[in-house]
Amino acid sequence: MARIIVVTSGKGGVGKTTTSASISTGLAKRGHKTVVIDFDVGLRNLDLIMNCERRVVYDFVNVIQGEASLNQALIRDKRVQSLYILPASQTREKEALTREGVEKVINELSETFDYIVCDSPAGIEHGALMALYYADEAVVVTNPEVSSVRDSDRILGILQSKSRRAEMGQDPVKEHLLLTRYNPSRVEKGEMLSVGDVEEILAIPLLGVIPESQIVLNASNQGLPVILEENSDAGQAYDDAVARLLGEEREHRFMSAQKKGFLSRMFKGG
Amino acid sequence: MSFLDYFRSKKSNNTANVAKERLQIIVAHERGQREQPDYLPQLQQELLAVIRKYVQISDDMVQVEVDRNDSCSVLELNVTLPES
Repeated sequence: MARIIVVTSGKGGVGKTTTSASISTGLAKRGHKTVVIDFDVGLRNLDLIMNCERRVVYDFVNVIQGEASLNQALIRDKRVQSLYILPASQTREKEALTREGVEKVINELSETFDYIVCDSPAGIEHGALMALYYADEAVVVTNPEVSSVRDSDRILGILQSKSRRAEMGQDPVKEHLLLTRYNPSRVEKGEMLSVGDVEEILAIPLLGVIPESQIVLNASNQGLPVILEENSDAGQAYDDAVARLLGEEREHRFMSAQKKGFLSRMFKGG
Repeated sequence: MSFLDYFRSKKSNNTANVAKERLQIIVAHERGQREQPDYLPQLQQELLAVIRKYVQISDDMVQVEVDRNDSCSVLELNVTLPES
């Protein structure tokens, strides 16, 4: 049986697809057979972030509607072994993702994969509800900013009431907070919510903190999951998050501002 | 703090604290609503209509909430009457 992990947030633009790409790549790099599914029907982008946009032939909706087999639709990652991508449809209606159809695909994937990562669309509409419905665990991607935190709390409420686990009265979906675009120096100046603030408000366990970094845009430009930028702070922070997801204990890093040199302290302020 | 900071205009702008306080309030409020049954807004409207037959009150003077405990739920109704 595969573990099903949804990457969700409510708000758009906080880093769900970036996170889905990195977490699935990280899991596969550790030898777990992993598939990452794009649930954003009509606005697919995971293929671009994973650099396989030109290899898409069939998609998730084709499989649900029986127009292609799973093996025809799954795209094998060229960099990491045992990593597969199931792209979203760019042309169909969102409603093509029926609950039964999604269940059929997830059940079939469950037979051969260790991890199924579901990249949720923004919002709380049909696509987002489908992405989280079958989840065992949820990575709630949040920016240290008021609207993102509020939307994350809303999505937590939905996980607790509208997921399959909630409807069946099973153990609840295991929730993880992933704080992205974190800027420690702005936090120290009192201009940005701190990790502690967000943890206190959302009251779920912290999976990781990804520092705001120029490397993220550079990586997405090239279709490279950030986690493969192994020398960067953001890449290492994602690697830590994946390790924690697998139960490893790792200390949190990149949460305080780097010390500036003497000259920049004199002329730009602490 | 750097040496040059003494010469800068000092503004106390800890906006993060403002954000945290605002979030704590709105999140607590929305969580409270989330646990409420769906019929509550309509119940509140109908109660208002009944009370208005006898006393003129405004919309925000009737508060309806459900408190759930392990063994039972309590419907809490708060009506503020205007001073007469």
